[in-house]
Amino acid sequence: MKQFFAFIKKEFYHIFRDTWTMVILLILPMVMLILFGYALSTEVKNAGFAVYDPSKDSATEQITHRLDVSEYFYLYDVLTSPEQVEEVLKGGRVSFVIVFSEDFYNNMVHTGEAAIHLIMDGTDPNTAVTINNYVSNIILGYQQELLDRATLPYKINILQKFLYNPEMKSSYNFVPGVMGMIIMLVCAMMTSISIAREKETGTMEILLVSPMKPLVIILSKVVPYFFLSCINLITILLMAVFLFKVPVAGNLFALLIVSLLYIFVSLAIGLLISSVANSQIVALLISGMALMMPVMYLSGMMFPIENMPIFLQGMAQLLPAKWYITAVKNIMIKGLGFAAILKELGVLSLMALALITLSLKKFKTRLE
Amino acid sequence: MTVIQADKLTKRFGKFTAVDHISFEVKKGEIFGFLGANGAGKTTAMRMLCGLSKASSGLGRVAGFDIQKESEKIKKVIGYMSQKFSLYEDLTVRENIRLYAGIYGIPEKEISPKTDLLLENLGFSSEKNTLVKALPLGWKQKLSFSVAIFHDPVIVFLDEPTGGVDPSTRRQFWELIYDASQRGITVFVTTHYMDEAEYCDRVSIMVDGRIDAMDSPTNLKKQFQSPSMDGVFQQLARKAKRQAD
Repeated sequence: MKQFFAFIKKEFYHIFRDTWTMVILLILPMVMLILFGYALSTEVKNAGFAVYDPSKDSATEQITHRLDVSEYFYLYDVLTSPEQVEEVLKGGRVSFVIVFSEDFYNNMVHTGEAAIHLIMDGTDPNTAVTINNYVSNIILGYQQELLDRATLPYKINILQKFLYNPEMKSSYNFVPGVMGMIIMLVCAMMTSISIAREKETGTMEILLVSPMKPLVIILSKVVPYFFLSCINLITILLMAVFLFKVPVAGNLFALLIVSLLYIFVSLAIGLLISSVANSQIVALLISGMALMMPVMYLSGMMFPIENMPIFLQGMAQLLPAKWYITAVKNIMIKGLGFAAILKELGVLSLMALALITLSLKKFKTRLE
Repeated sequence: MTVIQADKLTKRFGKFTAVDHISFEVKKGEIFGFLGANGAGKTTAMRMLCGLSKASSGLGRVAGFDIQKESEKIKKVIGYMSQKFSLYEDLTVRENIRLYAGIYGIPEKEISPKTDLLLENLGFSSEKNTLVKALPLGWKQKLSFSVAIFHDPVIVFLDEPTGGVDPSTRRQFWELIYDASQRGITVFVTTHYMDEAEYCDRVSIMVDGRIDAMDSPTNLKKQFQSPSMDGVFQQLARKAKRQAD
């Protein structure tokens, strides 16, 4: 026990005395969260649009006005001929052009049919989809009001509605994703580097010659990073709730349990990497390439897993991050409890067990 | 009393035989020099004795324990200083000492007085709260050695402890080794500085994984009719077929 505490104390000295370690451990997670939150958001704000309106009646003017005053869009240009549509889109200053049919209001009232043509800049499909949703909602809203005033009953209207994330806030998607990524990064990368550093400087040799048991060496490496990851978890959650207004709708206790389990899995991966890597740079590369990339692209954080080719979907199932992110979404956003994440808890537990067994086996007590 | 005993100790890596049936004995309190060119197998042999590497065949006993079966017991009674300088650079002198004292389970109340005594002997008292990375290399090595024998081991293994150090610091380092030997600690030291070989009670010279000569420096010089250990070494090393790595 004394060995254990002496060693943990030493590990904390390493962490607190190295500026870069501190930066990576404590500042990087916050920076990443803020970056993903503000810069990489697919939310649309203040997008310009142009209008081509041959009918110029009360209805078309109302709709244009509503789009213009919304927080998402502003009227950039009024076009005078259909030929200008492509031109203005190519200019890049507008994200979409709205084209009304002729005699819009009359057609709508008398035939019940009036057409709006929405021409989008599709170079960024994610943004285009978001814009499409916003515009449709605004127009539908206007239509709804007209229908309410009209005396004709039994009109069917189409209403789009997004469950759980009615405003299509992207923070609802990226916060669980970033949590999955940061925890993996801090735990796996930092543990593997700290063990690789001891191999590189030769202190590992001294430890292996000492009467310290390999299990004790491993555990005392893991404990400080487990502790710091918990701090990170709390920071991220606080930032998520207060800065990005992502609620913790479900069981907070369940969220903490699944997070602790995921931290453990990540630490085990770090140990596994360190058993292969003999230098810090190799440890860094392996955790960067083999962990970060798949977690970013395959975990469902950026791209939906359902849209991937079958092969990649299969790969995604092997990522602990995928299961963790699903569980976090279920709890934080859908507001569910333990019952909803039993499968994820099960899979993560199995992964933890397999990984820790493997890394203990691989950790070499002898240097050959 | 014999504290190290090797009997046809062998280490193979695949087809390559790094250490080839070496046999020797080291007595308590002796300073035993383990010489050889780079790649001759010194470090591998030493690692087998310390329990860092498993012998392919042959027997070995260190401090009365079998190196194959009782390596955990061996670890408690030996000290080790590796080729690389291996204290923690971002810890202070005092913190390093305390860490190793903790690892070797030295009782809490003994640590402080022992640490003070050690620092005083080394003349380091004023540097006890200095980070190790700020010390000159010679000081680091002296500290490293003192830490390796802090728990009063039966044997201390030194793997090229004086690499890269100037001759005068090397001499000071050897004074520490003599002190330890006088306290009854057996010193097993690998080196390729032949002036250091002269300081040993007995030396063995490894060539291509085998021990080709073993005796006191005086006897070896007589046997090979050479005025210095360097000459002895040159004659033996010329026979080597293996390239240094």
